[in-house]
Amino acid sequence: MNNNKVIQVKSLTKMFGDFTAVDAITFDVEKGEIFGFLGANGAGKTTAMKMLIGISKPTSGEAKVAGFDVSKQAEDIKRNIGYMSQKFALYDDLTVKENITFFGGIYGLSRKRIKEKSAVLIEELGLEKVSNKLVVSLPLGWKQKLSFSVSLLHDPKIVFLDEPTGGVDPITRRQFWELIYKAAHQGTTVFVTTHYMDEAEYCDRVSIMVNGKIEALDTPKKLKEQFKVANMNDVFLKLARG
Amino acid sequence: MGITISKISKSYKKVKALQHISFDVKPGELFGLIGPDGAGKTTLFRILTTLLIADEGLATVAGFDVVADYKSIRKNVGYMPGKFSLYQDLTIKENLTFFATIFGTTIEENYDLIKEIYVQIEPFEDRRAGKLSGGMKQKLALCCALIHKPEVLFLDEPTTGVDPVSRKEFWEMLKRLQQKGITILVSTPYMDEAALCDRIALIQDGKILEIDTPKAIVKHYSKPIYNVRAQNMYQLINSLKEYQYNHSVYPFGEYVHYTDKRTNFNPEELKMYLESKNLTNIEIKITVATIEDTFMELAKS
Repeated sequence: MNNNKVIQVKSLTKMFGDFTAVDAITFDVEKGEIFGFLGANGAGKTTAMKMLIGISKPTSGEAKVAGFDVSKQAEDIKRNIGYMSQKFALYDDLTVKENITFFGGIYGLSRKRIKEKSAVLIEELGLEKVSNKLVVSLPLGWKQKLSFSVSLLHDPKIVFLDEPTGGVDPITRRQFWELIYKAAHQGTTVFVTTHYMDEAEYCDRVSIMVNGKIEALDTPKKLKEQFKVANMNDVFLKLARG
Repeated sequence: MGITISKISKSYKKVKALQHISFDVKPGELFGLIGPDGAGKTTLFRILTTLLIADEGLATVAGFDVVADYKSIRKNVGYMPGKFSLYQDLTIKENLTFFATIFGTTIEENYDLIKEIYVQIEPFEDRRAGKLSGGMKQKLALCCALIHKPEVLFLDEPTTGVDPVSRKEFWEMLKRLQQKGITILVSTPYMDEAALCDRIALIQDGKILEIDTPKAIVKHYSKPIYNVRAQNMYQLINSLKEYQYNHSVYPFGEYVHYTDKRTNFNPEELKMYLESKNLTNIEIKITVATIEDTFMELAKS
């Protein structure tokens, strides 16, 4: 396999009964790329993402993530990727430090490594004062930033972010994206879904799913040229409204 | 008979959820409450819909006091909470019939009001609410909130997590309800939706930052804003943040919005600085403030 392609998807399909949720999608994502995975509610994004992170088996087609086959090597994939969403993030009734230690342990990091990582992470996010506070007491934006950093604890090749910034205030939303840029700059591939179309502009490349198919895939600049519109919101409206 | 809110405060233990909030919503107005999670939007909705009692202050809805006349308010307002609160194991039709009956009316009596929305989910009316997609749940919840023909409609984050296409359709629906004479108070974390309201209140940490029409709010932004672009976004943001004269640096789509501390700012100077940081394809041009710029500037101070 090409070492620069950390995600390779070919004709990936998922059916529920006679309903085709994901319809033969094909695309690649390169190392260090920020890849935006967009689509309307119900277009098949979540189903596709579940297959890529190894928790749902494809009906047909194939996909390799971090070099592993999603059908046969799901456990290897789980060890080599990071994942965060708004629904699954951190444990509210553990402290900031306890969450880091817990997830570090789950990812199989040594105690020494967890300690080092913990210190760096808490300092980088400016969480020194609240490191012994329960996560439930933190503002949503802080939780999301912490949750993102925790998903990177085991230095995964790829991190999957499912609507990471929903409902977050505009300043924190931007700080979050600065963390994403930083991770990508350090070589981590970022696969992200969002409903904020200004965030689509921050991606290196963007795909847009409509009714289970990828109907567009390119850089934001080229997509705007192709659809002759000024911003990604209009690209989305043109495509998804049909 | 819209909504009046006067010096409302509410605390949960140590957290001050709302601090001396005052504003009015005029009859027939589409008023937006714009702010992130945790700003206090839901607390205010719960006080106005008589589900929660404020620690201090007064409020009236459709002419009724939220404490003394709570029963009248409940008959005259529609409330769509942020969290889906219909009966998951009743079908679409059963849910709607249930709400109509509770309010002593029938679907037929007020069908005109919900028709346009209901026809979109009618083909699935025998499906249980728990089995519906997000967009369909949202439409059903709106129908249930409207079935007794309320004077005032409260919508708490109706579009959170909803894709841009469905969001656009939802706002078109709200505009049409407004034309039917319903007063609407709606909250949203999406700043771009603010422009669609008659007036908005920007809210953060339990405090109102500003209240005005969307156009006026944007005009209040005092500094010139520049769109800055370069080959490498990550390096551009870092370089701008290191620039000693920067007042604010925020990524905005394909550009970075930059404001300078100095009154005699010269973009050429910034360009030279960025070039010295090895950035290429640099573009700097003046732009206009958006509601999000205004919000961030107010939230910062």
